[in-house]
Amino acid sequence: MSTTDVAIVGAGVIGTAVAWRAAQRGLTVTLFDPDPTRGAWRTAAGMLAPITELHYAESALLRLNLASLARYPSFVEELGLPTGYRANGTLEVAWDAADLAALRDLHAFGTSLGLSSRLVDGAELRAIEPGLAPGLPGGLVADSDHQVDPRLLHAALTTAARAAGVRFVAEEVRDLGALAAGQVVLAAGAWSGVLGGLPVRPVKGQTLRLRALSPLASGRVVRASVKGSTVYIVPRENGDVVVGASSEEAGFDVTPRAGAVYELLRDAQTVLPELGEAELVEVSTGLRPGTADNAPLLGRGEDGVILATGHYRNGVLLTPVTADAIATLLATGETDPVIAPFTPSRTAVPA
Amino acid sequence: MADDPFIIAGVALESRLILGTGGAPSMQVVDEVLVASGTELCTVAMRRADAATSGSLIDVIDRRGIRVLPNTAGCRTAVEAVRTAQLAREALETDWVKLEVVADERTLLPDPVELLDAAGQLVRAGFQVLPYTNDDPVLARRLQQLGCVAVMPLGSPIGTGLGIRNPHNIELIVSEATVPVILDAGIGTASDAALAMELGCDGVLLASAVTRAQQPARMATAMALAVQAGRHARLAGRIPRRHHAHASSPTEGMPVF
Repeated sequence: MSTTDVAIVGAGVIGTAVAWRAAQRGLTVTLFDPDPTRGAWRTAAGMLAPITELHYAESALLRLNLASLARYPSFVEELGLPTGYRANGTLEVAWDAADLAALRDLHAFGTSLGLSSRLVDGAELRAIEPGLAPGLPGGLVADSDHQVDPRLLHAALTTAARAAGVRFVAEEVRDLGALAAGQVVLAAGAWSGVLGGLPVRPVKGQTLRLRALSPLASGRVVRASVKGSTVYIVPRENGDVVVGASSEEAGFDVTPRAGAVYELLRDAQTVLPELGEAELVEVSTGLRPGTADNAPLLGRGEDGVILATGHYRNGVLLTPVTADAIATLLATGETDPVIAPFTPSRTAVPA
Repeated sequence: MADDPFIIAGVALESRLILGTGGAPSMQVVDEVLVASGTELCTVAMRRADAATSGSLIDVIDRRGIRVLPNTAGCRTAVEAVRTAQLAREALETDWVKLEVVADERTLLPDPVELLDAAGQLVRAGFQVLPYTNDDPVLARRLQQLGCVAVMPLGSPIGTGLGIRNPHNIELIVSEATVPVILDAGIGTASDAALAMELGCDGVLLASAVTRAQQPARMATAMALAVQAGRHARLAGRIPRRHHAHASSPTEGMPVF
């Protein structure tokens, strides 16, 4: 029986980043996953957008999101490989007066929490991004909300983890207790609930990948509220554009649903008319690991297993802070105060 | 109100507030609003429901001991609505269904022709049908004739929060109803819910007004109180509207100069 200091279950962005960081601290690490492409990272657009994705009643999560965003520049620099990190900021666009009213309320809430963004009118929006539809009543500019390409990030993390000595095992783990390891980390995303008996459920999401002839000139992420529905458009350096995302409670079903594709394209074209001419390259479906309060489970669980899961729609954003804090916990037993509010034992809806 | 039971299809409910969960930002918020609203009946879109997964919406509602009212949201034809109701009956083991057949995604208004067709089929198949309908007294009458166990007229289109746009029609529906009338859709804030009850509705069904509020649990509390206030006001009997002042203090016996 082989032994290892740390066994990590799940080689998505979270598991692989934890493996890399733990190996850097001198631990021997084995990473189990027969098919890392199942992870939500492959579908995710990679928005690093704590300000424009702010939700009421998620202010504790906001602090964790901001802490992780602040680590991104050094995190990707240390990886030293292409990650598609783009620090061009984000535009949040309202389609009608009611959408703008909701955006103003959220802006006021964000400002009360000390967040920096500014309201602009439609003319200023189109001065920044001329491809936007005429007639938009206004929006929000968030200069610190950025993006990364999760597929490049995952490849970079995998390369870095291998280079740091992480052992990759392409096997399905069915029993956490059977792993011969000093410590076990569960980073199995949407499957963590089943594997670890945890309150984590799959939340299906669909995104589209388009190839545009003339992508967004500003290089900014565009988020929009179109008659109450949210859509985002994320332009990559190479001209690819990611449009997302649906949110469906459908168990472990990952079949693409036609209506979700229609709704995403309808709303995306409404705010960026030229997208109708783009090539439809891919429809991608993933399962977000959802928790009752939409925040992750970080720290030691009841059975001693260390949890790095339940990141819901923020897995890519929360990768740096999760990897750092879980590696610290593995190497020293200390809980970084930044993850303390997200202890698995916190009270939430029992599941 | 113990002496004022709200009975749907033979089932007595204490709360006259029925909740939908669409638009809730998290399952924890769903749980909070279920508790704060005091509701005993919660409607769930069968298209979005996932009864099998722990921590799913159905699971959260079940844990609070609240009855699930499956609905056919998103259906555009009678055949689609009937099929969705049948799937709901199998998955959730209830023959109650909130029947929703909408005409288009822009207005989400009920398609009256498809609605009547679907309601007839479902009643014949043994369902307890609660149809989401237009604020049309004739259509409401026809749905009752078919055997629906409640009628649920809209106040204004789903998600608009525009309140009750045609209170007179709601009163007309109430005045001849032989089954409970539940105001469904359009509620924006607490006064809208109170008005529905003052007009004589037996209950109120709402979702977005609570789930999309900045503090959903607080708005759920507000709605619970508004429904109770409106019900009390209806039963208490309001004073007539007068054009001229009518002093509340007696004037008899006072000196006249």
